[in-house]
Amino acid sequence: MLRLIGRDLTLAIRSGGGFGLGLAFFLIVVVLVPFGVGPETARLAPIAPGILWIAALLACLLSLDRIFALDREDGALDLLATAPLPLEALCLSKAVAHWLTTGLPLSLAGGALGVFLSLPWPGHFWLTVSLALGTPALSLIGCFGAALTVGVRRGGLLLSLLVLPLYIPTLVFGADVARRGAEGIAAGTPLALLGAVTLGCLAGLPFAAAAALRVSLR
Amino acid sequence: MSFWSFANPTRFLAVTALPMRAAFWIAGLCLAGGLIWGFFFTPDDYRQGATVKIIYLHVPSALLAINAWFMMLVASLIWLIRRHHVSALAARAAAPVGVTMTLVALVTGAVWGQPMWGTWWAWDPRLTSFLILFLFYLGYMALWEAIEDPDTAADLTSVLCLVGSVFAVLSRYAVNFWNQGLHQGASLSLDAEENVADVFYHPLLVCIAGFVALFIALVLLRTRTEIRARRLHAMRLRERMADA
Repeated sequence: MLRLIGRDLTLAIRSGGGFGLGLAFFLIVVVLVPFGVGPETARLAPIAPGILWIAALLACLLSLDRIFALDREDGALDLLATAPLPLEALCLSKAVAHWLTTGLPLSLAGGALGVFLSLPWPGHFWLTVSLALGTPALSLIGCFGAALTVGVRRGGLLLSLLVLPLYIPTLVFGADVARRGAEGIAAGTPLALLGAVTLGCLAGLPFAAAAALRVSLR
Repeated sequence: MSFWSFANPTRFLAVTALPMRAAFWIAGLCLAGGLIWGFFFTPDDYRQGATVKIIYLHVPSALLAINAWFMMLVASLIWLIRRHHVSALAARAAAPVGVTMTLVALVTGAVWGQPMWGTWWAWDPRLTSFLILFLFYLGYMALWEAIEDPDTAADLTSVLCLVGSVFAVLSRYAVNFWNQGLHQGASLSLDAEENVADVFYHPLLVCIAGFVALFIALVLLRTRTEIRARRLHAMRLRERMADA
């Protein structure tokens, strides 16, 4: 499992694109928002947590179809499926690798990019915490969606349609944590629920993804 | 003979012909009766005026929109566990009916909300969760359409339906978090205290019965169509094989 994660990481870094693309997209969305809604602090500050969360979510979505599609194209996926590693563990490692290449950099960059949207100071901390806690759920859900659409030609658009409704609870709780943090209200309850969503995804979705993958590879 | 023998498509076609026709008749009679009763023979509400009458469309469609997904969940489970093709086809057949019900509930709600709340749309938990349900239906139907092989499609959509159900429930409670409600509480429940006034209640029950019958009739009709379409597909393939 660790070796598989390492392999995916190496591939992501050496092949380019996959690693920096999500971050660049995140940056672009964040830079575009002040042009769209106006640069005044009074207008940007209240919407900053939500915008940052949505930008992170979309950046995550962008790299989802790479999870299985590349391996399927060069036949590596069939080899991985026949390897002694159970498919559930394969899906989990894929999700972890995806999180390490997109979710983790996004969480780290989120706090820094908050400056552009004049996010109030305590918000930076809470935004980083909520992203770090919430993006694993995004990767796991995305891994499930990618497993569903791996057999479909040009499944990218379909993938986003399937995955976006599943992202809603994570987005609601995550943005709520960041918003409450920025306004200085206690953020414990949504934080706990966000953690619950992530843990639930961790417990269930590798199995669902493996089931979907098994069908797709049949 | 057990319940599962109905999973034989031929038997299913033979057995459901009559109930389907009956369900269409019941639906027609109940809907005509209930709607005419509701629209013309009940008084206007003292606060809401004539707009109260939209509940005869809104409440049954909203009720069925949720229950259609639940039915798809049960059918998907049966497909995954016992692999009866009719079950998977019934789930597929229910999705467009369910999405239509969701749309009807959303549109009638908007039409009612405009004069009553002064807005077509509010980001209220109930409204929002219905919109999300609508998205779930769209994704489900899109996945069915996208995959060529019918068994693979049935498997994948079943898994999606299961996972989607969990997340649909989760979204339902998640959206409670960021805006508090404009929508009133339940208009129907088993303990009679919360019910709407009797004058509206009885025609509403007739309408709900009509909607349920309509749902059953449409799902049966669409399931039968799906079975026949699949047979047609098989026959075409066989012909092509014979030609080659």
